Parts: sequence; C-alpha cells; structure tokens
Amino acid sequence: MNAPAEFLDYGADAIIMAGLNGRNWALDDYVARGGYEALKKILAGKIPPATVIAEVKKSALRGRGGAGFPTGLKWSFMPQQYAGEKYLVCNSDEGEPGTFKDRDIMRYNPHILIEGMAIAAYAMGCKRGYNYIHGEIWDTYERCEQALGQAYSAGLLGDNILGSGFSFHLYNHHGYGAYICGEETALLESLEGKKGLPRFKPPFPASFGLYGKPTTINNTETFAAVPWIIRHGGEAFLALGRPNNGGTKIFSVTGDVARPGNYEIKLGTPFAQLLDMAGGMRAGRKLKACIPGGSSMPVLPGEVMLSTDMDYDSIAKAGSMLGSGAVILMDDTRCMVRSLLRLSYFYFEESCGQCTPCREGTGWLWRVVDRIEHGKGRNGDLDLLLSVSDNIAGRTICALGDAAALPVKSFIKHFRDEFQYHIDHKQCLVPAYV
Amino acid sequence: MLSADALKRIDREIAKYPPDQKRSAVMAALAIAQDEMSWLSTETMDFVATYLDMPPIAVYEVATFYEMYNTEPIGRYKLTICTNLPCALQSASEAAEHLKRKLGIGFGETTPDRMFTLKQGECFGACGDAPVVLVNNKRMCSWMRPEAIDRLLVELAAEAGQ
Ligand SMILES: Cc1cc2nc3c(=O)[nH]c(=O)nc-3n(C[C@H](O)[C@H](O)[C@H](O)COP(=O)(O)O)c2cc1C
Ligand code: SF4
Ligand code: FES
Repeated sequence: MNAPAEFLDYGADAIIMAGLNGRNWALDDYVARGGYEALKKILAGKIPPATVIAEVKKSALRGRGGAGFPTGLKWSFMPQQYAGEKYLVCNSDEGEPGTFKDRDIMRYNPHILIEGMAIAAYAMGCKRGYNYIHGEIWDTYERCEQALGQAYSAGLLGDNILGSGFSFHLYNHHGYGAYICGEETALLESLEGKKGLPRFKPPFPASFGLYGKPTTINNTETFAAVPWIIRHGGEAFLALGRPNNGGTKIFSVTGDVARPGNYEIKLGTPFAQLLDMAGGMRAGRKLKACIPGGSSMPVLPGEVMLSTDMDYDSIAKAGSMLGSGAVILMDDTRCMVRSLLRLSYFYFEESCGQCTPCREGTGWLWRVVDRIEHGKGRNGDLDLLLSVSDNIAGRTICALGDAAALPVKSFIKHFRDEFQYHIDHKQCLVPAYV
Repeated sequence: MLSADALKRIDREIAKYPPDQKRSAVMAALAIAQDEMSWLSTETMDFVATYLDMPPIAVYEVATFYEMYNTEPIGRYKLTICTNLPCALQSASEAAEHLKRKLGIGFGETTPDRMFTLKQGECFGACGDAPVVLVNNKRMCSWMRPEAIDRLLVELAAEAGQ
C-alpha cells in the first residue's frame, strides 16, 4: 500500500502531512514529530474545555468535509451540562468523486486523527467516539485498527488517559459501499446498523445524534488540523491562511494533469501555483474546465480558475465552492456532455430514494443528458434539464439533491454551446475524447 | 454455520458498541460472513440476524442497501473497477473496456467458468491511483493500465489453480 515517492510530496507548506514518507505512520514516529504534545498539554494543564473551543474558534478552521462550517462554532453547540452519553464521530466515508485525502491522512498519519479526536472529545465532554471509514479502502481501515491498538496500549485512549481522569474510547467502523453515508445523518443511521437514509433536520446531531444522544460529526481532515492549532495557537493557524479561511487545506488533484495527487497548501494560494505543483496540464494541453471542490460543486471555465485563489471565499466569489477540496481538471480534448453524463449517472445511482424530487429527478437528468450525448437530443432539452434541476434543488431531505443539480446547471451555464451542438448536429464538438 | 474464528471476529465487533446496541455490528458481521461464504444467502443472513438479536428483515435491508454485499452467488473473484469521472479522465474507461474484452463479459456478469464477476464501481476514494480495481472488496490494485490488468488476471488464475 505504499505509494511511489512522488505521491508523498505534499508540498513545502504541509502541516498535517509534513515529514511523511509512507512508512513512518506508527506511534513512535508520530511522537518523534511532536505528536500527542497538544493532548498532553491540555490534560497536564487542566485547560478548561471552553478554552479549547475558544482556541479553535480563533483559528477560523472550517469543516473540511464539504460544507465549510466553522468548527469551533459547531463544537459550541454541544450541550455542556448534559448528564448522559455524548458521542464524537469522524466522517472518513470519503466518497465524493475526486477526493482521496482522508485516506492518505489515515494510512500515513493515523495518530494525528486520533489525537485530534481525543482533544475534541475533551473539549465537548464525549466519552465515546467512532471513526466511520469508507468501505473500499480496507487496508487503510486495518491500519487505523493497528493505530488504535497502539494508542490504547500507550494509555492515550481508554479510561483515565495519562492519569488525568479524562476517559475517551474510540473505535473504527467501516462502511460497505454507499456514497450517501457520507451525509452526516445517513452516516449515523448506518452506525446504528441500518440503511443509510438521511434524517430530517432539525433536530441536528448536537441535540439528537447517534442513538439519539448529542453528537458532533467532523471530517477526518478537520480533526487532523486540531493538534497543530492547540500546539501553536489559533491565531498562528489563522495567519497561515486568510481571514475567515484559516490554515492549510489538502487538495486532491485529478484529471488531465501530469502528477495527480494530494497537495497541502495554505488557504489563499493561487490556483496556478497548485496546478504547478501537480506538474501542470498534460503535455501541450490547455485547461478547459475545472471542478474545484468535488463532483457535487459547480464547474468553472479554465480561465476563471486560473485567476482564482484556493480558499472558501475566493472560490465562492468565482462561482463555485471549495467543498471537499477535490480539484478535477479537464483539458481541451474533453467533451463536457460526456463528462456531465458520468456525473449524472452517479447521482442517479446513489440517490437513496427517500424524496420524490431526488429519486425521480436524478433519473430524469441522467436520461436526458444520455440522449443528448447519444445524438438523440431534442430542442428544449437544455431548458428541461434546467427546470428539473430547479425542481430538485432545495426540496429534499439532504444535500444530495443539490449535489445532482449544481453540476448540471453549471455545465450548461458555461458550456451551453457544446450541449447545443450535440443536439443540432448529433455529434460531439470535441471528437478527440480519450 | 459460521466458523468459530468468524464468530470470534464478530464478537470483537459487537464489543465496539454499547451493550444495548448490538445491531451496530451488523455491517461488520455481514462482511465477515461474506468473506467466509462468498455471498449472503437468506440462510446466512438469518443466522446473522439471530446472532445479533435483529429481525431478519432488518438484516436483509442492510445487505441490499450497501453495494459491496453480494446478495447473489458470484464468481470466485469479484473485480470492481471505478469508472467515475476523475478516474475516467485518468484512463479508467479504457481499463474497463480492456477488462470486458479480456473476460468476455460486461458489467454485472460472471464468466461461464465462474472465475470472475465484473462490476462497475463508484468512487473508492483513491482517484489519484486511477485506474483502480478492487478484488473481492478487500484488495485494492492501483494504476491498473492494460498490462497491469493482464498480470493481475494471470496471477488470480494461477492462485485459483493451486
Ligand atoms: C451526499 C453527501 C455526501 C457527503 N460526503 C461526505 C464525505 O464523504 N466526507 C465528509 O467528511 N463529509 C461529507 N459530507 C458532508 C457531511 O454531511 C458533513 O457536513 C461533514 O462530515 C461535517 O464535517 P466538517 O464540518 O468537519 O466538514 C457529505 C454530504 C452530503 C450531502
Ligand atoms: S435528497 Fe436524495 S439522497 Fe438525500 S434523502 Fe432525499 S432521496 Fe435520499
Ligand atoms: S473517482 Fe475513481 S476512485 Fe474516485
């Protein structure tokens, strides 16, 4: 499971992935890198939980799982005085097409996640936690099991951690192939041993979560950022990035680039610099389109991307979203109709079927894009696609409906001519699709 | 019906959850059962249901909801290839065509000698390594260009022959 060296070059600004060579994942290696110092500092100093949360708020850390919600704020929603069990859950069900950063964190630096979760558990008073790991990455699940074993043996997890009186029990749970379980309430249902059907919100997990108890769910990379924040201070983390966009972010770069892979950069780094790190576009090719935040986010034309910086607010201003940080790049040999077709099939396939607009709408979108791609498009199909999208977005239990609609609307917005050409000429404007 | 070793592994999973939440172990229990039985028959699922004090229907629901459970008999090796967009841009479409040609079957089919079942997968969370092929859910093979696919098929056929 060790990747070639070039995959381990995360960039000079890395803090989560700093100093990793693919082999130094174990507890001793992590401790040698300064690991568990943040947890020890908190426990030894008996730092009040509210102070830990305040530090995370100062850092302007935003959720790395997709929605970008401020982490410190989310943590403050947990009832402090609640008498019963409270749960902490890590969302490692990484299945957003284009995203593969949480896998690298877990297989090459699993203890940074364990430490981050232990600190979070301390801050919110949770005694039990679960790490829900994507089913397809089995060797990564096994590595997480090993890492947990090491942490328990060293007294860094379990009862009375390092003699502090604080207890936290953490377990790994694996998924088994359902994209929808990345949605946080579907994930909770799945953890309870059920089908992964998203729940209505409210109530939110902070009041009614796992087994009906107060629960906080964060993404793997969100937790992995916490030890650095505690060691160096929230302000230092914020200063790495930009106001409201603190810290570094791991971007998973795929598509028509020379070196697909994960790159950890400071938020606010120009996109052009990230593209350089990934070796630039494939020989002699021009950037035609980019989906900057995972397949659920709007596509942007290449030239827009090239003048955008990589942070939540800049990407939003450019018309898309940072999402999970999956940067999917397409060059000038790519057909936009065909690309959208594959994405539309995905959302149709993964809809859980609970809401009529999503269940029926995703099928409509897929069938109409399919007929356009296969030379059977009709005049009016583009407006039909837009109207179906509008009828899904905002009318469903979970955000998968929006995730299916946004790509369609943005592909048509930016590449309408290409879609129209398919309909008019029954063939592709870009025949060189490979 | 399941081996003592499998039951021991299931017990270890049950211990991860609060005592009154045994059913949380159902996903792991079904995965362990499938590893041993190759697919989940009604009999196997009923056994898991009894073991976890769950209504059988609740177990069937889980087994049919998640893609990686085999609710029908399959070939000795289930090969799942991700063809989602990021992988497709990194030559997964050609890899998938190559697999279909070599095996002489399409997605969702099993070779007549019941050696291989081919499936189309959605994102494995490993797109940087495209094309990616999963063997029987657990073994992930990265950078599966046609030559690498040929080597894998030879290796699996040899393993089966032993
Ligand atoms: C369809 C769908 C899929 C999602 N998939 C993931 C995922 O794979 N990983 C993840 O961390 N969040 C995913 N999310 C977002 C989660 O619901 C949730 O917002 C996130 O885990 C919160 O953690 P954060 O605040 O640290 O980002 C998904 C959301 C939706 C609607
Ligand atoms: S929006 Fe789609 S995936 Fe989400 S709950 Fe409704 S049907 Fe299920
Ligand atoms: S798109 Fe194939 S593994 Fe992610």
